[in-house]
Amino acid sequence: MTEILGLYNYWIVIFLMMTGFYIVIARENLIKTIIGLNIFQTSVFLLYITMGKVTHGTAPILKASHGGESHGVEHGVEHGAEHGHELHAAAEGHVDLGVDAVKEVYSNPIPSVLMLTAIVVGIATTALALALVVRIREEYGTIEEDEILEMDRNS
Amino acid sequence: MMDFIVIPILALLAATAVTVARIRNLWAAVMFTGIYSFLSASWMLILDAPDVAFTEAAVGAGITTILMLATLSLTPRRQRKSGRLSSEDFEERPSKSPLLPLLIVTITGCALVYGTFDMPHFGDPNAPIQVYPNPSFVEKSQPDMHGLPNVVTAVLASYRGYDTLGETAVIFTAGIAVLLILRKNTDDQSSSESQSVTGENA
Repeated sequence: MTEILGLYNYWIVIFLMMTGFYIVIARENLIKTIIGLNIFQTSVFLLYITMGKVTHGTAPILKASHGGESHGVEHGVEHGAEHGHELHAAAEGHVDLGVDAVKEVYSNPIPSVLMLTAIVVGIATTALALALVVRIREEYGTIEEDEILEMDRNS
Repeated sequence: MMDFIVIPILALLAATAVTVARIRNLWAAVMFTGIYSFLSASWMLILDAPDVAFTEAAVGAGITTILMLATLSLTPRRQRKSGRLSSEDFEERPSKSPLLPLLIVTITGCALVYGTFDMPHFGDPNAPIQVYPNPSFVEKSQPDMHGLPNVVTAVLASYRGYDTLGETAVIFTAGIAVLLILRKNTDDQSSSESQSVTGENA
């Protein structure tokens, strides 16, 4: 049961990913193919973001520090961080959630950062692909892949 | 409590993706893609990634949809001057046999699901991704950034600043490439337009 609950998100993401993959390989309309690529891409974002989530965590935005800049943040410690210094304890599974109620638990910010970059690069590739589709439509008069291949064969 | 929000969102996500795969009208498919992006943005917000959620809602649901609609308006099935456009001009033809792609997709999906059995469980604070690299950078980021509270911004703009610089270079390159692709050749513009009607411009 815990297996199902713990992996449920991954399976949803895989389902979305495979739907996008199906659109890419089964549909011959070029715009539909790009839509499929977009769906695939978004599901990859979801996969990364899912991996970064920590149970009982919150968004990685630190509380205002009380001791000034030089003092650092004493309350804003990611859950992993307090154990990160003692990796042995973490490896042995001694981590206990909610031991210290004062400490905030933050989800991992690194997947968010990577996916922010990926979203922006994704829109760049989408725009380029759509421009190519417009150009193909100008040259061939169709955006159906098999018709284009047929014209290429007959020429 | 959160499950009551998460489960409908996930069900809607799956339903939207299947609808996009099944629907033949391209305008509707583009609209459903926008809905899909918004739904995934909602899920990202629940998964503690508000920055990604904002970007996905703005870029994925906004700019991508606009670009796709612009492309659709330029690529009707009939030639532009032969009368008014109808919704049939934006329908793709029915695909031939979906069986082989369905088989490939199912096999790939099963292989991926098999792979997830080795994955750390959802929300596990001891997962490798949470422990390496040493997460103490989260607490250090605030003094490093002179009190900036958002760790995502700190990593994006400073620790991984070169990555973001490369990203802007990618955007710049893509912009130039789009301009070059869409630019019409002025000298043979008339001939290419007349030839594209018959489609023998190869």
